[in-house]
Amino acid sequence: MQVIFILISAITLVSGIMVVTNRNLFHAALYMMLSFLGVAGLYVLLENGFLAATQLLVYIGAISILVIFAIMMTRRLMQTTESPFNSQWVWGGAASLLLFGLILVILLQVFTLDPNSTAAILPPAAEEAIRDSVNTLGVSFVDAEQYVLPFELASVLLLIALVGSIIIARPDVEDDQA
Amino acid sequence: MIPLSWYLLVAAALFCIGLYGILARRNAVAMLMAVELALNAVNINLVAFWRYGNPSQPVGVAWAIFVLTVAAAEAAVGLALIISIYRQRDSVIAEELDILKY
Repeated sequence: MQVIFILISAITLVSGIMVVTNRNLFHAALYMMLSFLGVAGLYVLLENGFLAATQLLVYIGAISILVIFAIMMTRRLMQTTESPFNSQWVWGGAASLLLFGLILVILLQVFTLDPNSTAAILPPAAEEAIRDSVNTLGVSFVDAEQYVLPFELASVLLLIALVGSIIIARPDVEDDQA
Repeated sequence: MIPLSWYLLVAAALFCIGLYGILARRNAVAMLMAVELALNAVNINLVAFWRYGNPSQPVGVAWAIFVLTVAAAEAAVGLALIISIYRQRDSVIAEELDILKY
């Protein structure tokens, strides 16, 4: 179990590093797909198959393809020979390393990394809740006591994003009419 | 078994990789890809806390689904903006998009 976790995490993190350091944007997008696949594997380890499937469909199936389309449309910039980083990359790296260090310090004060400690034991009575988790989630989305309002707002947001991105990316129509 | 802190550690590392990408990359498409990595890291945290907290309450998973929805909308609008900018300025390098400065 732990070996599988370490393997999946290593795939996720290494391909994540490749995404932000690779010169070739197309390769970076492919590594991004691999990183998303690793995250889906972590969801499976967390016993949430529904979210893993959603991750595959939405992130790998939709968002990655969208990014690849955008890279292909701006193709001339794909074979750039200059550095992929801006002039502040040292400070950016220092800032993100500092943030990681801070999170690590706080994490070690609250949690333990020891896999044999009691913190590694999952809460009891989880089996049934895990089995019903998709059902509970679906009910919570239509339950007026729970998340029906954010659920409807999310659908309106998707519609706005759909219409908005079509209007933004559409070429000017005035030239055709003239 | 795997302790909760391991998941939090992986999520923190992935978020910091994404943050580095946002701060250091020149290409706007690459910056958007780094944003997606950071959002994924947040989702790992949410699902891990759902699993190790109270799995009968779907709070963590529901929030992860909403994050996913907003990420999809953000990617669509962001890439549409990038393509529109590329048509007008012939560049997607973030440093060269300085028209708002003048």
